[in-house]
Amino acid sequence: MFSNILIYFVVIPLVMLLGLALCRDIKQIRAVAVTGSTALIALSVWLLVDYLCQRSAGADAPMLYVDSWTWFAPLNINLAVGVDGISIAMLLLSSIILFTGSFASWQIPQPKEFFLWLILLSTGVYGFFISIDLFTMFMFYEVALIPMYLLIGVWGSGNKNYSAMKLTLMLMGGSAFLMLGLIGIYYHSAPEGAPLTWNILEIAANDAIAPGWQRFLFPMTFVGFGVLGAMFPFHTWSPDGHASAPTAVSMLHAGVLMKLGGYGCFRVAIYLMPQAANELAWIFLILTGISVVYGAFSACVQNDLKYINAYSSVSHCGLVLFAILMLNTTAMTGAIMQMLSHGLMTALFFALIGMIYGRTHTRDIREMGGLMRIMPYLSVCYVIAGMASLGLPGLSGFVAEMTIFVGSFQHSDMFHRVFTIVACSSIVTTAVYILRVVGKLLYGPVQDEHHLSLTDATWWERFATASLIVCVAAIGCFPNFFADLIKFTFSPQIFTVLGMN
Amino acid sequence: MDYSQFLAMKQEIGLLIVFLLVFLYDTFFSKKAQGALPVVTCVLFALLTAFGLLCPSVKDGAVAFAGMYATSPAIVAIKNILNVGVLIVLIQSIKWANSEFTAVRRGEFYELILLTLLGMYFMISSGHFLIFIIGLETASLPLAAMVAFDKNRYESHEAAIKYILTAVFSSAILLMGLSFVYGIAGTLYYDGIAMSLFGGSAMSVMLIVALAFVIAGFGFKLSLVPFHLWTADVYQGAPTSVTSYLSVISKGSAAFAFLVVLTQVFGTVYEQAWEWMLYAIIILTITIGNLFAMRQRNMKRFLAFSSISQAGYIMLGVIAFDYMGISALMYYVLVYIFSNLAAFGVIGSIENATGKIDMTDYNGLYKTNPRLAFTMMLAMFSLAGIPPFAGFFSKFFIFTSAAQQGTPEMYVLIFIALLNTIISLYYYLLVVKAMFINETDTPLPTFRSACSERLGLWICVAGIILVGIVSPVYDYLLTVVLP
Repeated sequence: MFSNILIYFVVIPLVMLLGLALCRDIKQIRAVAVTGSTALIALSVWLLVDYLCQRSAGADAPMLYVDSWTWFAPLNINLAVGVDGISIAMLLLSSIILFTGSFASWQIPQPKEFFLWLILLSTGVYGFFISIDLFTMFMFYEVALIPMYLLIGVWGSGNKNYSAMKLTLMLMGGSAFLMLGLIGIYYHSAPEGAPLTWNILEIAANDAIAPGWQRFLFPMTFVGFGVLGAMFPFHTWSPDGHASAPTAVSMLHAGVLMKLGGYGCFRVAIYLMPQAANELAWIFLILTGISVVYGAFSACVQNDLKYINAYSSVSHCGLVLFAILMLNTTAMTGAIMQMLSHGLMTALFFALIGMIYGRTHTRDIREMGGLMRIMPYLSVCYVIAGMASLGLPGLSGFVAEMTIFVGSFQHSDMFHRVFTIVACSSIVTTAVYILRVVGKLLYGPVQDEHHLSLTDATWWERFATASLIVCVAAIGCFPNFFADLIKFTFSPQIFTVLGMN
Repeated sequence: MDYSQFLAMKQEIGLLIVFLLVFLYDTFFSKKAQGALPVVTCVLFALLTAFGLLCPSVKDGAVAFAGMYATSPAIVAIKNILNVGVLIVLIQSIKWANSEFTAVRRGEFYELILLTLLGMYFMISSGHFLIFIIGLETASLPLAAMVAFDKNRYESHEAAIKYILTAVFSSAILLMGLSFVYGIAGTLYYDGIAMSLFGGSAMSVMLIVALAFVIAGFGFKLSLVPFHLWTADVYQGAPTSVTSYLSVISKGSAAFAFLVVLTQVFGTVYEQAWEWMLYAIIILTITIGNLFAMRQRNMKRFLAFSSISQAGYIMLGVIAFDYMGISALMYYVLVYIFSNLAAFGVIGSIENATGKIDMTDYNGLYKTNPRLAFTMMLAMFSLAGIPPFAGFFSKFFIFTSAAQQGTPEMYVLIFIALLNTIISLYYYLLVVKAMFINETDTPLPTFRSACSERLGLWICVAGIILVGIVSPVYDYLLTVVLP
């Protein structure tokens, strides 16, 4: 079992949990968090390199490192793991954000409990991305959801009780749809007489779900994951939740957890039920189109920095689902790049907002101004994040959105083109709300005299933000590398399974 | 007479021996030695539990006394599950039993508890409705005395009166139904009734009415909606140890007996007669139990309504009508035992130390008593079905088994049940919120629970964490039900 590298993505966080339980003071806790998350980054990078080597050596299976260990034999539940380029990209993203998140919560009160919950959450995230068994996938998915309640409830700010409860219940509501969908998939996973299975690869190979059932199960799973992907009208947990959460949790949640939604929609809903996806995509295209535009416009009128960014996340994550539903290679590649890009960029945003809030004790942009003079380092970082968000070439947002819209426009019918143009308009709106914040917050007169005495970033804050900026720029400058990484997933074999072009 | 048939009843006989030993100890030992009575009972009962788990179980079932008594690997397994639960209840009750007001009567408590368990054994493994009724009465009537155990508390009396009246009433309804069944089939043997109903030729209004009465009778025992009204008051009024026994063991055994009766006796008329009745009852039970639980502030009332809705989930295993459903039901009961007893263990230990029982008293509990708060949180998560705790697995399996028929109605039922898990998550999280998030100026003082209470909680925590992840438990329960 331990000869498979993937299992260590779950083992390391579990060891970290054990280590944290034994910690006595904050120094030890920091040591455990930093060591563990560094190990996870190292592991992700190593996996990435090894994966690319294997691919270039000619491995052409849809997934590599595939392994399966029996768990509940009567129900054919296995602990099945396997990764392709998308999962590796997501694992890398999670590691980076966990790493920077640890630095961003350097001085959190009650550190032991905080990190325990945070690491438990990331255990769920890692487990989800490495699983290819629907049962374990779902289990890890729920493991990732529940620590949010306490993380927001205990360490949050503002209307935290309300937000924490709303977030948890809405996400669990999504998982109710999901569970029904998964059970349904299980009972139709194999042709008559063959043993039923939860394994995604086997289900896709069997291709046994009847079209009638697909039409029922596809919306169930898509909505289930879509709730986590902040799809309209199930997005309302996201602004409240993000606004109330402590910094590292906002980072991890917007950066990684919302990606679980997009990843799940692709990996489960579309991959396993391609016919229904083809038929019903239009319904969800409308909904995600609304998310994209509505999120952007909502962000324009918010005054709370975190709310602005949360609505911007709704808009950007909507774009991920939107692109996935286009069902062609280019748009899907764009979707994956957008997931990475948005994950890093939004984590950077939330980290910066947390740092600014920690100094000024307000997140209202009307009460702040001229921060560029007071804390130049943080302000410059904020501008960079803003530029990435509105799609400046050279940063990650541009390549992702460009690919998505090019891919979407490949559809020649009226419906898709109109919706692509509508979604494109969100780029303009994004520029409006980003520049509004930058103008009010960073430039302009200083609103509060007390702010003049504030200090700029400390070393751990500089380290966290700088590493995120490097990653954002890396995607922006070398998009081909990521496109290559992902493209094997959309290799021709997969698309014959998917039944798409 | 063939005396070897007594061997089929070895668990009953073992329990009877334990009961007699406890009785004799209580009667003949000196006042001083009686202080050890609770511990002695626990040790004896632990031996019995170990005996039940270790002794080779019946291979493919046995019938004794001309079919009056029946046993099978599944029945032995459910008795073992109940034994484990009772053992935890006994351990948790030691402190309460030795407290000032109960000490003089503690002997009765242990004797009655063992006696009711014996009744439940007979209820589960009867092959004839006569034995069944005897078991049922043995299980119900002494419970009323146990509910009234705190004889200086007004609520305890009220609860006992309510309990005895409902118990008698429900027995009467059940007997009425059974007399109808006798009228249809001309026999009270399970096999005989099943035989005469075979083929659906005996389908009649009479049978529907009879089944309605039988289901209503069981509904009272299991506190299924709309027969649940006694539950909250009785749970609140009874001493906490009795409440935990009532909510877990009594319910678990009744659920299994219900399963046996419905599948073995009325299995042939599943589709025509009782599937839709149960369908409606499950929806009502889960939904109403959940909705009422949201507003409760007294922890015992809160758990009463939560246990009502849990009973609804347990019934999903019955309506699945399949081997997988039976094993899922047994597994659910096992997990429910650990989770609910952990919750009651915490409540009892806080009540013993401070006398507080309200949810608002739990505010800030994590600051003063982190371990208790943590245990309570595990229990709540397990009841709500959050992974990686056992409750997640039991819920998942029971839903999966119910979906096996694949009809749209079943999917609707599961969907309603799933939506209800969200409601239940809300109120379980309220407890977690009180303990971990709410701030208060007057938190409960820090205290150290008694050794016995901690032991009981440790067992429960181990169960909550291990029963789910360690898959052989479920595998075993599936192998015992497969023919």
